[in-house]
Amino acid sequence: MSLLSKQNSEALLGPLNKNNPIAVQVLGICSALAVTSQLKPAIVMGLSVTIITAFSNVIISLIRKTIPNRIRIIVQLVVVAALVTIVSNILKAYVYDVSVQLSVYVGLIITNCILMGRLEAFALQNGPWSSFLDGVGNGLGYAVILVIVGFVRELLGSGCLLGVKLIPDSWLLENGGLYLHNGMMTMPAMALIIVACVIWVHRSCNKDIE
Amino acid sequence: MNFKKYIDTQLKPQFEEGGKLHAWQSVFDGFYTFMYVPNETAKKNGAHIHDSIDSKRIMSMVVIALLPCLFFGMYNVGYQHYLAVGEAADFWLTFGYGAIAVLPKVVVSYLVGLGIEFVVAQWKHEEIQEGFLVSGMIIPLIVPVNCPLWILAVAVAFSVIFAKEVFGGTGMNIFNVALVTRAFLFFSYPSMMSGDKVWVNGNYMDCINGVSGTATDAVTMATPLGELGSGQAVTTPLENMLTGLMPGSIGETSLIAIALGAIILLWCGVASWKTMVSVFLGGAVMALIFQDKCTGGFQWWQHLCVGGFAFGAVFMATDPVTSARTETGKWFYGFLIGVIAILVRVLNPGYPEGMMLAILLMNVFAPLIDYCVVQSNINKRAKRAKA
Repeated sequence: MSLLSKQNSEALLGPLNKNNPIAVQVLGICSALAVTSQLKPAIVMGLSVTIITAFSNVIISLIRKTIPNRIRIIVQLVVVAALVTIVSNILKAYVYDVSVQLSVYVGLIITNCILMGRLEAFALQNGPWSSFLDGVGNGLGYAVILVIVGFVRELLGSGCLLGVKLIPDSWLLENGGLYLHNGMMTMPAMALIIVACVIWVHRSCNKDIE
Repeated sequence: MNFKKYIDTQLKPQFEEGGKLHAWQSVFDGFYTFMYVPNETAKKNGAHIHDSIDSKRIMSMVVIALLPCLFFGMYNVGYQHYLAVGEAADFWLTFGYGAIAVLPKVVVSYLVGLGIEFVVAQWKHEEIQEGFLVSGMIIPLIVPVNCPLWILAVAVAFSVIFAKEVFGGTGMNIFNVALVTRAFLFFSYPSMMSGDKVWVNGNYMDCINGVSGTATDAVTMATPLGELGSGQAVTTPLENMLTGLMPGSIGETSLIAIALGAIILLWCGVASWKTMVSVFLGGAVMALIFQDKCTGGFQWWQHLCVGGFAFGAVFMATDPVTSARTETGKWFYGFLIGVIAILVRVLNPGYPEGMMLAILLMNVFAPLIDYCVVQSNINKRAKRAKA
């Protein structure tokens, strides 16, 4: 099997579009609502999930023939928890402010349905290379939605992107302008509506998704 | 040739399939049915009682019932303005000032809301739905006068799309569209919807642009609920609560205007008296329980006179689409709205007014209430059949 056979490229690219974990399978919504009030934590969260999904997929795929079926969930959890701990510590060491913003949600990657779903549905049946691609694909599919939602929420909610002010203060109402930041954008309720809009647009571009 | 005949023979064919103006068919159809349909009733003989009332007529009645609140709201806006700036003004000057301040809101609300309805109807090849006629009139009445026009437009667009069209349009919505607009404004732009700087208009340009930053134009005036929420004594005298000459959202202040509207609604049989009565009942019971939490001589029954309580009870809790539909259910539905509204007012210092949240919450529970009522009726009859 070549490195990027049809099957493998499907594993990598499918989740980015027609098999997207958030927009199509509607998994991982909880963290998508919680961490996307700004763009930076959304990107960091997306990357963390991508790395953890990819490597836990590889590890589980490597040992898939030795895992007894009855305890496979606990084995998967141990692997994921180990990777999450590593990522969490790396975040604390290098991007401390973001890890404070993400707070418990990095730890909660353990319970992210996308991870367990990929381990159960893909890594237990496939080889390490295609599992790796599948993990990267699903992680990026998750990250793409997070970035879109984070982009809209940070721009409309606080007028910044990645902390850089795009909407000058002089436009604001209290400074004599007309503009007001939309406070609801910083609340999780609005994230749900933005995710819904993304799904809406995605479905109307792909009519074949049921 | 009279006007109706001209429309039927000359204008109508152009909008039909193949006509030059077919792209505008739903717009034409909307106006045509609004003016001329239904134009017949059942024959006089026979057992059926027929009336040519349809949802367009019902909506028109509600809009008429809202007019006293609208006109009084205009007057009150002017009154509060001249009171705040300390100038004397006669009736027409006062009213005219208020009309200039309020009318742009009505126009924006209708333009944006009906615009979206027309586009959606044209896009789906459906008839234009008339539900926004009422919402478009209620929305300007439940916002503070200094709410800028562009955020009003954003909120109307949001709620028409997300509270109504995505659920399938008029009659399918779970939440009251006007209240979703207000909730969106309240949570998105809290500085424009609450506090003590938005209720009284210093300069009518404020209504278009929002509160101006200069100290001379900004007028500080707290609503009775604002004072109550922050633990101060309520300064509004009782007679002003009845007539409505107090700061508040444009249409919600006057009990008398609301009572006129309620009479029109009940007289035409459009709204349910059970819902109205039970909202007041629920509010009264809860306010009585919390009497000792009221500060500065505020009596329990005054809760029913201030803020949006009466307006919500008469015009929004009775919304036939989002309220409970069973007759017994209406009692529970209304009662719980009253209870929750006062609960939020008294116990949550962050929200001085609880009517909006109470009605939206009970909108969610209305189908459940109906289900329980229907189910208990089924059980009762099943038991009777067995016995």
